[in-house]
Amino acid sequence: MTHRFSRDDSNNGKPLLEVRDLKVQFPTPDGLVKAVDGVSFKIHRGETLGVVGESGSGKSVTFLTVMGLISSRDAHLEGEVMFKGRDLLKLPEVEMRHIRGKEMGMVFQDPMTSLHPMYRVGYQIAEAVLAHEATSKKAAWGLAVDLLGRVGIPKPAEAARRYPHEFSGGMRQRAMIAMSLVLNPDLLIADEPTTALDVTVQAQILDLIDRLKTEFNAAVAIITHDLGVVAEHCERIQVMYAGRVTETGTGDDLFYRGHHPYTWGLLQSIPRLDAGQTQRLLPIKGLPPSLIFVPPGCAFHPRCPYVMDVCRTEIPTMRLEEGEHAAACHLSSEEQQRIFTEKVLQQT
Amino acid sequence: MARYIARRLMWVLLVVILVTFLTFLIFFVIPPVDPAILFAGRAPSERLIEEVRQSLGLDHSFWVQYGLFVKRIFLGDEYGWPGFGLSFVTRSPIRENFLERAFVTMQLAIGAAVVWLILGVLIGLTSALKRGRWQDRASMGFALFGVSAPVFWLGLMALYIFWEKLHWLPGTGYSSFSEGVGQWFLHFLLPWVVLALLFAAFYARMVRGSLLEAFGQDWIRTARAKGLSERKVVYKHALRASLTPVVSLFGADLGTLLGGAIITETVFNLPGLGTYVVRSVQNGDLPVIMDVVVFASLAVAVMSLVADILYAYLDPRVRYS
Repeated sequence: MTHRFSRDDSNNGKPLLEVRDLKVQFPTPDGLVKAVDGVSFKIHRGETLGVVGESGSGKSVTFLTVMGLISSRDAHLEGEVMFKGRDLLKLPEVEMRHIRGKEMGMVFQDPMTSLHPMYRVGYQIAEAVLAHEATSKKAAWGLAVDLLGRVGIPKPAEAARRYPHEFSGGMRQRAMIAMSLVLNPDLLIADEPTTALDVTVQAQILDLIDRLKTEFNAAVAIITHDLGVVAEHCERIQVMYAGRVTETGTGDDLFYRGHHPYTWGLLQSIPRLDAGQTQRLLPIKGLPPSLIFVPPGCAFHPRCPYVMDVCRTEIPTMRLEEGEHAAACHLSSEEQQRIFTEKVLQQT
Repeated sequence: MARYIARRLMWVLLVVILVTFLTFLIFFVIPPVDPAILFAGRAPSERLIEEVRQSLGLDHSFWVQYGLFVKRIFLGDEYGWPGFGLSFVTRSPIRENFLERAFVTMQLAIGAAVVWLILGVLIGLTSALKRGRWQDRASMGFALFGVSAPVFWLGLMALYIFWEKLHWLPGTGYSSFSEGVGQWFLHFLLPWVVLALLFAAFYARMVRGSLLEAFGQDWIRTARAKGLSERKVVYKHALRASLTPVVSLFGADLGTLLGGAIITETVFNLPGLGTYVVRSVQNGDLPVIMDVVVFASLAVAVMSLVADILYAYLDPRVRYS
């Protein structure tokens, strides 16, 4: 299949995906849920973006909106989702459907429930092919077998004939990845791809995504709540809190030069094997805020140990530090550096 | 798969043996009157009763009688296979009459089943797809009506309107297929619909419920993420999963009906097993009652087996467990 390697490279230099000031609000009987509240970011080809945040930070909703799985029928949408030069939020559902699965694929958190229990694994992958390509069932099946082999499933021809319940969790996640990559998409979105898996399998899956990103020349977005797991697999990491981006930068930026108190909190709550028995993990005090009554000003201020008066009234904007490292915090850069070296580095 | 079916067949056999035993126990050991007296006719002499008792095998011990009963059913009697025995009331073989009536009931039950399956799935599907809108409300209103309205009332109302007032339908009774397809269909139309309404209501609610459950599943989101059309997502992915509970219920329901739909048959004057068993209870015609009970339970067991096999075919997870 020649189409697999003929790629439109006309927008070289421009980001593959650029989200500008995205807002997603769900009307509920209790009020408007501001799940995503003005999020902007870019992903380039060949790049892996890690999106980190607690549950309810809006990280999944952001990417479900990018995929068109949350549409204006479900929620109130604002902003732009520019993908290969088109604003996806303005595309009709019919066109969006052809982008979904073909130009961008998505892998979900729980591989145990993400595959249809009554269809053969190969069939479910072939189905994705047949939804977008005018090809024979046999060719689609062949492609499914090929992909199962490439994601590291032994005896792929046999495995394709099996049902999901005959697969282990790791195998199912591999099958999901095969399904999302079968049409050679430009963007792979992995929503907590390793959360439901054993630790040993987690590393395998992340390595697999790394390898396939190069092989397929794709961009990848990994959504996770675990900063530690994705750090080494991502070119850039973006931290989200209460529907907003709080800090973005490389893994090193966040781990060694973090600027946002929320990032510090995340770092301090990562357990370390080389830490002494007596050293306790420092949890972030308090709970994530309600997305209906988001605290005014900086949404993190009720839980922030360094809160100032201005934090309670004004929403901080992203301030660029060095390179692409930026954070949304009212503390001055010098103050942030001082606190980071004095307090955070000591404890992580 | 073959082993699964074999195992289930063993179960059916066990159930049938258990049912024959219970039936025998209830009707021959604790009958309201001595069967021999019943069979002997009006004002019999002591000698006649004793003769009858011997000819019916009632003078044997309980276990011998039970053995003869089972033997008659499974190996047949002088009137053919399977053995249905002799009616106490007409003193003629039950077999022919029974089979004719079973055939009438079968036409009624299968026709109704087709109607309620179509109605139930269509209404449930509409209701789930238009959740919260007027179509949903109307469907669930229908379901509530169908579940609450008694069949005898529905049947009489339907007869009053479509036969008595509008003269659209030829009335009650049985008209066999060989007497003309049109008459056959018109005679069965009302019984089918009336009997189906109750079931259709149940099935509509069940299909709606399991469809809504399916729509919330992760694999539905996966199907959408693949870029499948909404039509495929609904009919291929969601509906496939929500039909499995329907299949297993359907087997049991159809099986039950094959043993006779007493009220519907009575209202529409159909000579099926339902009216047969009611009349036999009134006459104390024990052999007929026993035949119907054994047949009815056999029908339930076999239909459940068929449903289970179908279920295993539909859901691969069942096949291997």
